[in-house]
Amino acid sequence: MNELPGTDSQPRETMIQMRNVVKRFGANEVIKGVDLEIHKSEVVCIIGPSGSGKSTLLRCMAFLAEYDAGEVFVGGELLGYTHDRNGQRVRASEPEINQVRRNVGMVFQQFNLWPHMTALGNVREALRRVRRMDKQGANAQAMKTLEKVGMAHKAQSYPVQLSGGEQQRVAIARALAMEPHIMLFDEPTSSLDPELVGEVLQVMKQLARDGMTMVVVTHEMGFAAHVADTVVFIDDGRILAQGSPEAIFQGEQHPRLQQFLQNYLERNAFWAR
Amino acid sequence: MTFDLTILTHNAGAILGGFGVTLETWISGVLIGILAGLAIALLQLSCARAVSGALRAYIEVVRGTPFLIQLFFLYYGGPSVGLSLEPVTAGILGLGVYGSAYFAEVFRAGFRSIPPGQLEAGVCLGMTRWQMVHRIMLPQMLVIIVPSLCNTIIVLSKETAVLSVITVPELTGVLTGIGSLSFAFLEVLVALCLGYLTLVELTAWFGRWVERKVGHFMLR
Repeated sequence: MNELPGTDSQPRETMIQMRNVVKRFGANEVIKGVDLEIHKSEVVCIIGPSGSGKSTLLRCMAFLAEYDAGEVFVGGELLGYTHDRNGQRVRASEPEINQVRRNVGMVFQQFNLWPHMTALGNVREALRRVRRMDKQGANAQAMKTLEKVGMAHKAQSYPVQLSGGEQQRVAIARALAMEPHIMLFDEPTSSLDPELVGEVLQVMKQLARDGMTMVVVTHEMGFAAHVADTVVFIDDGRILAQGSPEAIFQGEQHPRLQQFLQNYLERNAFWAR
Repeated sequence: MTFDLTILTHNAGAILGGFGVTLETWISGVLIGILAGLAIALLQLSCARAVSGALRAYIEVVRGTPFLIQLFFLYYGGPSVGLSLEPVTAGILGLGVYGSAYFAEVFRAGFRSIPPGQLEAGVCLGMTRWQMVHRIMLPQMLVIIVPSLCNTIIVLSKETAVLSVITVPELTGVLTGIGSLSFAFLEVLVALCLGYLTLVELTAWFGRWVERKVGHFMLR
């Protein structure tokens, strides 16, 4: 799909940079010092066993998880923290955080649509309230975005009237409508019936083709293999392997990675026969 | 045993007047209670631990003591701290305070019923806290809590009967007064029950109507 990062003639713009990020829940250290760089138009898939910290890592990129140490830069700006007069790091104010966060769109495993609003209402809401667009402009932009995910015909439906796949596509449109530079996906297909996974992945592939920078926490190894520029394997709060899909899935593997991928091979053994 | 309806018809004017006072104190008390309860729940949601702790204590004290005693404090104890209130005013204020504790809990439960993920979605889109409260939380939770809201309103309608002890001329005060003058206790007690039953049934019916009206996004 995209050229591998690093093989370009000129270096690509860095969209997200994580430096030695640490996240604890109480005494439990979930992210144990992660460095990661995500470039413009790069599609990064984060894989790893459950509880490995991959979702938390993604949430740090939107400051939904407030990391305890290290730095996350989004578009070159430090996310979530600022420095007071004595140079001490302090939590930034909500408007300051939002200023940096506006570059980032987030899609959740549970869709998290607002059930009391129609599909159109869901997509329009932030355009109206945050962007302060007028009703016509917001409607037009919301409809355009719904079209992009193939949901324009269900604009007046409430979430409860939509299938899981349709709900997730609306949720993607809701994030896209704000025109973020980076899209974060937290297991976007994990709560879908298998037959509905395809339509969501299709939308994500189109996004990748359009050059969107994407970070995807996923269990869809097929998607990671076909769409990702970079696959990151995380285990126990650390990045254990990182590279092109070929390198990760076919190259020389870290024992933990080998063990992890083995589970997938066994699950799909039927197809391999 | 006789059942003399003329006792009631002869005093129809007084009884209707009492019913009017009951309605007045009930509706005013409910409105005060709902507004104060909502304010308490919102403050608990967004304020420092000290504030929400103080509000918690308020709720516990108001819920943990009898309404009758609270009324005595307000009406008979008020003047000693410079708070002299008319019976009806004291009654409305008392109902409002009493109701606010219950309403606050209803609203708090409502706020808690909104899945945190929906708010995270709002956060990621750059919405402010207040925008999330009034665009995401309130519209959903007001629907969810309609039954418990109704329940509390119904309970308060019957608590107005207690106001008779501080000489508020409401339905119970008027009818028991008629009863002790005429010794026709059976008639007035039956009338009393019918009076409150009417209020409660109307409220319940209205509540179910509201439930049907506003719940369209959940019921399909």
